[in-house]
Formats: sequence, C-alpha cells, structure tokens
Amino acid sequence: MAEQYDLVVIGSGPGGYVAAIRASQLGLKTAIVERDALGGICLNWGCIPTKALLRSAEVYETLHKLDEFGLKADNIGYDAEAVVKRSRNVAGQLSNGVTFLMKKNKIDVIEGSGKLAGDGKVAVEAKDGKTSEITTKNIILATGARARTIEGLEPDGKAIWTYREAMVPQAIPKSLIVVGSGAIGIEFASFYRAFGAEVTVVEVLNRILPVEDEEISKEAAKAFKKRGIRLLTGAKIGKTEVTASGAKMRVTVNGKDETLDAEKIISAVGIVGNVENIGLEKAGVKIEKTHVVVNEWLETGVKGIYAIGDLAGPPWLAHKASHEGILAAERIAGVKNVHPINTRLIPGCTYSTPQIASVGLTEAKAKEAGYEVKVGRFPFRANGKAIALGETEGFVKTVFDGKTGELLGAHMIGAEVTELIQGYGVAMTLETTEAELMQAVFPHPTLSEMMGEAVLDAYGRVLHT
Amino acid sequence: MPTPILMPALSPTMEEGTLAKWHVKKGDSVSAGDVIAEIETDKATMEVEAVDEGTIGKILVDEGTEGVAVNKPIAVLLEEGEGEDALEGYDALKDTPVAPPKDTEAEAEKPAGEKSEPTPVKSETKKPAADTGGKAPPAPETAKGERVFASPLARRIADQQGIDLTAVSGSGPHGRIVKADLEGAAKSAPKKAAGASGSTQGPMPSIDPRAFYEKGTYEEVPLDGMRKTIARRLTQSMQEIPHFYLTIDCELDELLAARKKLNEEAGEGIKLSVNDFLIRAAALALIKVPDANVSFAGNALLKHKSADIGIAVALDGGLITPIIRGAEKKGLAEISEEAKSLAARARDKKLKPAEYEGGSFSISNLGMFGIKHFTGVINPPQAAILAVGKGEERPVVKSGKLEIANVMTVTMSCDHRAIDGALGARFLEAFKSYVEYPARMLL
Repeated sequence: MAEQYDLVVIGSGPGGYVAAIRASQLGLKTAIVERDALGGICLNWGCIPTKALLRSAEVYETLHKLDEFGLKADNIGYDAEAVVKRSRNVAGQLSNGVTFLMKKNKIDVIEGSGKLAGDGKVAVEAKDGKTSEITTKNIILATGARARTIEGLEPDGKAIWTYREAMVPQAIPKSLIVVGSGAIGIEFASFYRAFGAEVTVVEVLNRILPVEDEEISKEAAKAFKKRGIRLLTGAKIGKTEVTASGAKMRVTVNGKDETLDAEKIISAVGIVGNVENIGLEKAGVKIEKTHVVVNEWLETGVKGIYAIGDLAGPPWLAHKASHEGILAAERIAGVKNVHPINTRLIPGCTYSTPQIASVGLTEAKAKEAGYEVKVGRFPFRANGKAIALGETEGFVKTVFDGKTGELLGAHMIGAEVTELIQGYGVAMTLETTEAELMQAVFPHPTLSEMMGEAVLDAYGRVLHT
Repeated sequence: MPTPILMPALSPTMEEGTLAKWHVKKGDSVSAGDVIAEIETDKATMEVEAVDEGTIGKILVDEGTEGVAVNKPIAVLLEEGEGEDALEGYDALKDTPVAPPKDTEAEAEKPAGEKSEPTPVKSETKKPAADTGGKAPPAPETAKGERVFASPLARRIADQQGIDLTAVSGSGPHGRIVKADLEGAAKSAPKKAAGASGSTQGPMPSIDPRAFYEKGTYEEVPLDGMRKTIARRLTQSMQEIPHFYLTIDCELDELLAARKKLNEEAGEGIKLSVNDFLIRAAALALIKVPDANVSFAGNALLKHKSADIGIAVALDGGLITPIIRGAEKKGLAEISEEAKSLAARARDKKLKPAEYEGGSFSISNLGMFGIKHFTGVINPPQAAILAVGKGEERPVVKSGKLEIANVMTVTMSCDHRAIDGALGARFLEAFKSYVEYPARMLL
C-alpha cells in the first residue's frame, strides 16, 4: 500500500486544486482525486469556456455596429463549430495548466472517483473499475455540483439542454427558451441572442437576476429587451413536451396562459451538490437538502473531514470555492490567525452584454438590515472613456451606511464592470469609509472614474452629472 | 525650499508645551544635532535639536510662549544658498500636517507635507511619536507611543462611540483592529476620558467657585501645565478607577537596625533611607505576588514582568512620580542612588518622559510630615499606590504584654478592576514580611 498522506482532496475544481496547492505550500503531503478532467466544471464546463463563447458573441455584436466606429466590412458571419472549438481549446489549455501546477507543487494526482472509506481512508475507483485505497490524516471534499432539474423539465440532451449541451452546440438554434434568469441563464440568453436566436427567458420570480439590486435588474431587463430578448417574469411553468421540431412549454404569466415553442430549451434553474456516492452517510457527514453542512471553518463535524465550494452550499462561485480551499488547507496545517470567510465580501459577476457585477448588500437588503442608507449612482453616459468606447449603457451604484461611512455594497451594470468590481471589494475588505474612497485617485480617462463619482454622489458631491 | 520646524512631541501624551528658550536667532546657521531651543512641558524641560542643516530664516513662536500645540511650526529653516527672499509668500502653516477630518463632508482631505517634508525635530527621546512628519491621518497610539493599527471604519466607529482603541485587541491581519473587534468592545472597553485629548485646561468643576467669592478677595493663579495634568489625570483616575483601600501596620525595628548598620558600614556618599527599603520591599512583593503587578486594559489585564516602582516626588506647585524600573533586580544602594538622582532631576524639571511614564506601582510617603495615615489616588496606567505614613513608637501588645515598637501604617489603593481584596491583602502580607524581616530581602 502507498504511503500515508496528510491530505487527500476529492475533486479538482477551483476549490479542490487550490486547496491542494495551498496545502502543499504549507508542507502537507497532498494528493488529489479527480474522476474527469483537472480543473473541474469551472475550467472545463463552466466559467472559462463560457467566457470564451461570450467573447465571440461580443466581437460579433461589435462587428454589427462597425459603422459607429467608421469601419466597413462585408459578409460578416460566423462559424458555430469554430466558435465552440475555440472555447474547447481555451478550456483544454487551462486544464493542462492545472496539470502543470499539480506537478510543480508535488501533488499526486489520482484518477478515478474518490469515496470516503472510513477511518482516514479514501477509496478510489478507476475508470476500469479497479479500486484502490489511500490513507490520509485529512480529507477535503470538493466534489462540486451539477445542474438542478425540475419535474417535468428533465433535460434529455437533445431538445432540453443543461449548460453542458448549451456550451457545445452544433449549430445556433433558431429559437430558444431559457428557464431561469440567474447568471448562467442570462449568459446563455445573451450568447445565443447575439448569434441571432429568438430567445425567451422564463423566470419564476418577479424580476430577472433576482439576487442583484432591483435597479440593476431593471436596467438589465431594459438592455436585454432592447436586444430582442423576451423576458417572462413571475411565470408559472406548466407542461413541457418534446416535439418533432423541438419543444413546447406552457407558461402562465399574469394569469394568461401561453404556449412557447422553440427549437431548444436550456434549463438553468440552479445547481445541486454532488453528495451522492462519496460515502457521506456512512462517515456520518451531515447533509442538508443537497449540500454538506459545515461550520465557518469548513469542518463537517467528522474529525479530519472538510467540505468546500459548491458542495458546501451557496454562493455557488468558483472564487468562493478557492478561498474556502485555502482556509481549509490552512486550518489543517494549523496556520494561526486565519479568519472565516465573510460571504458579504464575495463579488458576483455575470458576463452577459451588458455585464453585471456586484459585491455586498443591495439597497433593499441594507435597509432591511436597519442601516440608514446613503445611495450614490453614476451613469456610463456621463463618463468620457465610456463614450469613447461607444459603451454608454449602464451605471454604477454604491450603498453606504450613512452613520459610519461603511461601504455596504456596490452594484454595476455596463461594459467591463466585471473587471471593476474588485476595487470596491478591496475597499470593503480593508474597511475603508467614504473618506478614503474620496481620497483615492482614479485615473482619467477610465471607466473606473465612475466608481469615484458614485461614491461622491452618495454624499451629494458628484462632479460630472 | 524653506522647511518648517515643528513643535515636537516629547512624549506620546504631550499636546502642547511652552517654548522656554531659543538658542538660535534669525540668520544663525545650524547643523544637525545643534540644540536650537528648549521646550517645557507640564513635567519636564527638554532640549530640541535640529535634524537638518540650514539657516534659521524666521522665528515664528517667541520665547516664553505658552500652550504651543504639537506640530505647530515654530521656525522656518532655509536651505543652503537660500536667501530670505525664499520666504516671500511662503506659508509655513500650509506645510503642516492637518488634523484628520472629523466631519465626513470636510474638504480637508488633502494630505499635508507632500510638497516639502516638514523637518521633524529630533528630541532626546527617540520615540516614534516624536516623528512629526507623518502624512497619514494620525492613528491612535499606545502609552509607549506605538501606532495602533485599525481599519478606517474601525477608527471612525471608535471615535463615534468613544472607544479607546489602545484597549482593543485586533483580529485582522497582523493584529489590525477591524469593525468586528469593536462590537464586543463597545461595552467592555474603557471610554476615552473626556479631557484626555485636545484639552488645554484642567477639567472644569461643575460649579465654578468664582460664583461664591467676591472678586478681589482672592488672587487668581492660572494653572500651569503640571497643575492641568494633575487635575486632569487624577480626576480621570477617580472617575474611571474603582478604588478601594487596604491598611496594615508594619513594625520597623529590625529595618531601622539594619539601616543603621548598613549606613555605618557603607562607604562615603551612600545613605540608605527607609523609603529605599520600602521600594525594594514593594518590588519583591510584586514579584512574589505577580497578580498584583498589573494594568487594566479594558479587555485584558497586562501582567507586568518587572516591578517598575514610581516614587512620588513633591515639587513646587505639584508632584511627579519618576520610576525605578526593574527595582526587584536592584540592590538597596542602587535604588537609593537612582531615587536620589531622579528626585533631584524632577525638581530641576529635567526628567525625560521615559523616566516618569508607565510603571506598575507607586509609593507615596508623607511620613516626614508626621502624617500617620492617608490614601493615595492611583496613577494610571498603574493599578495600585501605597500611601506610607510616619514610622513612630507605638504601644503594641506582644504575647499578652504591652511593649513599645516602631510602627508605620501603610494604605494601599487598589484598582478593583484588576486587583481584588484578597489579592491586595496577599500583596500587603508579602510587603509586611519583607519590611518586618528585612533579611528576607536578601533571599
């Protein structure tokens, strides 16, 4: 039998592989178990390949307004197969990157499905069915999550897709229904609409992007409608049936029944943790709904077993998983002065056109929490760089605690906002107040100037509107 | 480029001082290390040295000016080759650090000292607080002058709620104080004393005594710096510290005999006083009962590792308590010599702040005035003070017989937040045993 490990990580997504690297940095003898490709869903079937697809969509959209920039081109078109191929290549490149990182950090990569086998043991079943056993002092469970399915809308991989099929289309469907208007649903809606599909988004709640600030949802709805996306909010989803040409779905909106007909349906109604077949019940690890219950230190309550990332519950974000991986590894290594993760400081990004990014409390949540809220806003159309870029859609919004000057939240919609949000994230992590933010110098001309202005606006000192 | 010379902070608690004397005048050239002025604070007079070379272009604060705020420009230094014309249109005030904005709407966000670094004036004590050239809004400092690291939000909340950040321990990276650390502290941490910062006068009594006396029937003597400090600190002490008092009698016959013998045998210049014995006895008792050697820090007790004993020295118009540090490691002769030197320099107002700040315990002796018994006010950040009365012959009962012994009554004031009754009693028991059997001090 092989040697004893200090740590075995099951799952190599952005939570698992980062945990393994941090553990190795801290001198722990570490192995990682992966049943598929290194990098998990994020690198192979999530964040990264979709960003590649959306980049193609963005460039294609720009090509349609070349005249705005004084440019000319004929025969503008696309090759769906090539768009998908590029996306797969990008994913492949990054997965190879993880292979390199594991090697560099002397982490043993064990191919197969990992499972708790009791008493510091992990059983690994290889693809050929052979089972081996490894012993370890600690285990981090990072098996991730998969698409949630709702009754009556079971994906069949043909007419009814999950993100997985939606990422590798053979052709752009003529018409498409996207069920669910979270980040995943909205990104696919944006991508397919850019390539000409008739897109209808069906959302059960009364607004799209329901976790975002209400003003952001409103602005986003306006922008998507302008692009020809149909948005059905407050919808009751009825029967779905697969037809010869695609699928039909009955929905009720405002008491009116309607039958939607489309070539494809994408189900993007959330995710469920991969809690099955990893030996949780036998080990005594507690499961609630579809995720593993952990405390603020990612401990499951069973000695030496930790759970991180999507498996450990929301928010379902790669960067949250990575941070949890680091924290769990540091706890295992006995690093002093580590701190639990403050989920309020985790930014969320949606890479549609326009982009959406946010961190902290929405205005409504801040009021609900009893803060005397001060709100600032600044529109893209008043920013020089945005006008020069031809991107005048969107705005930046800040939410302050009027009493202490604490930045409670920031919400943005518009071009490149996913690259801007970190500024507010750093500020919130360092606990700056409006005074330091007003003191910070934002370079001109940049989109980031809007961040400074949105702070000034909250205090009645905005300069350029 | 002219650079301002700023009023130095000679100690972390110094807010203002008197510019006692200029050693230079306009046009004098100075080089680094030259004594340029003397500053008088409430407790000491200190020489100020130049850190840069140049020519004194202008004296901004006249000799004898009182209440000069720390960091206020007191003179302007011209660089080599710079003529007086360089001063034209030069405003020294513009180059001085600004106070942190209290009002969030304030415009005063401009960090100062960017164009020309104000010349920090080196004082004899090389404390970080004496570095006046900082650009960041002032962070609070500990009693030792170390910067307290706290997030801007934590600083603002502490300011709003009057929480003393020096008493809060930080849980952020490298011990930085963050908002979460204040949530518990809001209740437990000591509040900043109302008069502790920015006050230029003693705390006003709630009733102005002038209302009771006809004008002209009294002479009004303005408070000097020392009197203000005494008024402020001792008011603060009595208001903040729950005092309680423990009294015990100590027989002195053996101590007096030992003292006589030692003084006879000792060489020239050594004359041990009773107080020297008491300092050593108190130091050893603090080491023996280490729980009594503490300071109350809001969310923690600071258990001191050495016995730093303050000795109250009466001065004209006030008092000061210079400190004999590590007294438990010092012999009687050394203590005696140090006490004499400190007292002499205290009377000359030549003590450095480091010689009278901090400490863990004080002794105040009024025996020489015939006082039999009194109580002292604790000198924060210390947690106890011992008030020593006159040693005198008193009737004592021993084994049922009336006898005569030299007896001294001492009373310890204790900070009940840090020292409970039984603990204080254990300390006094140890102290008494050293005093009554001085040979034990040799162990």
